[in-house]
Amino acid sequence: MVDGLPASATAGVLAAATTAGGVASPLYGEPPIIEVRDLTISYDGQPALRDISLDIFRHEIFGIIGPANSGKTSFLRTLNRMDGFNPGMDVRGSIRLNGKDINDWRNVYALRSRIGVVFPLPVGLPLTVYDNVAFSPRLRGIRRKADLDEVVERCLTRAALWDEVKDRLDSLGSLLSGGQQQRLTIARALSQEPELLLLDEFSIAVDPVTTMRIEDVLRELRSELTIVLVTNLVQQARRLADRTAFFLMGEMVDIGATEDLFEGRVRDERTTGYIEGRFG
Amino acid sequence: MFTATTLNRRSYRTQNVARAVFFLMTVTLVIPVLIIIGTLVVKGGPAISWEFLFTEPRDGMTAGGIFPALVGTVWLVAVALLASVPVGVAAALYLSEYAPDNLLTRTINLAIINLAGVPSIVHALFGVGAFVLFFNIGASILAASLTLAVMTLPVVIVATRESLQAVPQAFREACWNMGATRWQTIRKVVLPNSISGILTGVILEVSRTSGETAPIMFTGAAAFVAFLPASVFDQTMAMSYHLYYIATQQTGVPEEIPFGVALVLISIVLMMNAISIAFRVYLRGLKKW
Repeated sequence: MVDGLPASATAGVLAAATTAGGVASPLYGEPPIIEVRDLTISYDGQPALRDISLDIFRHEIFGIIGPANSGKTSFLRTLNRMDGFNPGMDVRGSIRLNGKDINDWRNVYALRSRIGVVFPLPVGLPLTVYDNVAFSPRLRGIRRKADLDEVVERCLTRAALWDEVKDRLDSLGSLLSGGQQQRLTIARALSQEPELLLLDEFSIAVDPVTTMRIEDVLRELRSELTIVLVTNLVQQARRLADRTAFFLMGEMVDIGATEDLFEGRVRDERTTGYIEGRFG
Repeated sequence: MFTATTLNRRSYRTQNVARAVFFLMTVTLVIPVLIIIGTLVVKGGPAISWEFLFTEPRDGMTAGGIFPALVGTVWLVAVALLASVPVGVAAALYLSEYAPDNLLTRTINLAIINLAGVPSIVHALFGVGAFVLFFNIGASILAASLTLAVMTLPVVIVATRESLQAVPQAFREACWNMGATRWQTIRKVVLPNSISGILTGVILEVSRTSGETAPIMFTGAAAFVAFLPASVFDQTMAMSYHLYYIATQQTGVPEEIPFGVALVLISIVLMMNAISIAFRVYLRGLKKW
């Protein structure tokens, strides 16, 4: 039993991959790419997220909204096992990626290389713009200059950065402006050719016009990969997400098709309260 | 209309007094340095010549130069670096990049702090017991350099670890998120951005090692050796030990010779420090974030 599918999906209309106007729709009829069961995360015994169970389907943009300290970022970090780098972080429950428990991946690096992550504060590695984007392809063993050139240009273009940096690919990525570094980070995540893209408030350091351009790219990317979008901007979730979950104080208060949530078809009144800005 | 209250005036006066006192203390710190260098230049300066630097001592070290001691010090420092830098850098990499925060790691850190606190004469005796006798290397450059290496290991480890930790954690996480292993992260991002700090630490180690006397006096330094060392198994003269010997153990040495030796020794140390500072300033200009 899957929570909060759009009415059309539960009716079985979307059981197979359907394409409307060239944009792929989420594959609700197929096994989910991510299955989270009874996930509880705590830091030094203090719970940050309690008993979360949810599914994320291929080719959907899954939004997570909620105020600060709701456990949104903890949730993302757990998906690619970044919790291993934080000794105080304790994760219970199970997360399955493509049906396989992520803790059963013996090679955690292989797991991470399939998941692209973008955090709120941009991190331009102290390498050239080119090397930033070529980093992951090189890890995958791509050595030919022409191949690397192609990946770098494609990823930078998608991240809406190519026009601004194409003449200075050899300058340091860490010296770009904040907004440019964030788009560089997005380009880097795309260069992994990930199955899953985790975005944690990616637009905080990016101006509104560029944000819109990136949002357009994300909609296009949906045909290739699955996106989990954590955002503070409820309107961004509304614009992008197929389904949205509302996290509050470590609890998943609501989950459902984005249009349902935003049109008041909620399980919990607090969801509407948050969406309408009555509390934060 | 604002006027200063008594309290205002008093705080202002106190602040001036405090600044004056701190300034005086700071100046006091410079005085010994100036006196030492001044005395050495005045008294040892006349002894310095090409002949002094590049000939052997003559007449029971009351005349001639310091060439064998100069060469010996270079040998000792070089071999000590060859031993301590790889071990120290590897240990620092492990502690900074791999080690989990557990009892073992904390014990190792404690051991490093303690090793740094061990007096040099104790290192000397350890060197005799371990390298000269137990490993049966005999009194030689190798034994002396290994003793110096053990002694300066904490310096290398601490300097390296500090420069590794100056690389923002966010860079590592960004690499890990892309599926890079710890080693790939170290090689591509962490080391290239900390190598400058590591080299600075190594240069400082050189300046420290070249001045040490106690650790080498029982393990490989000799008062007088008629030939230049040909391998690490030879005994050698060394600047620091030479100075100690002619200043305290030998009679009839003209005053300017020990001062000249001290001047050369301190010049080497100051030169190394200057290089290290210049290097650091230069690299700060290249900072990438």
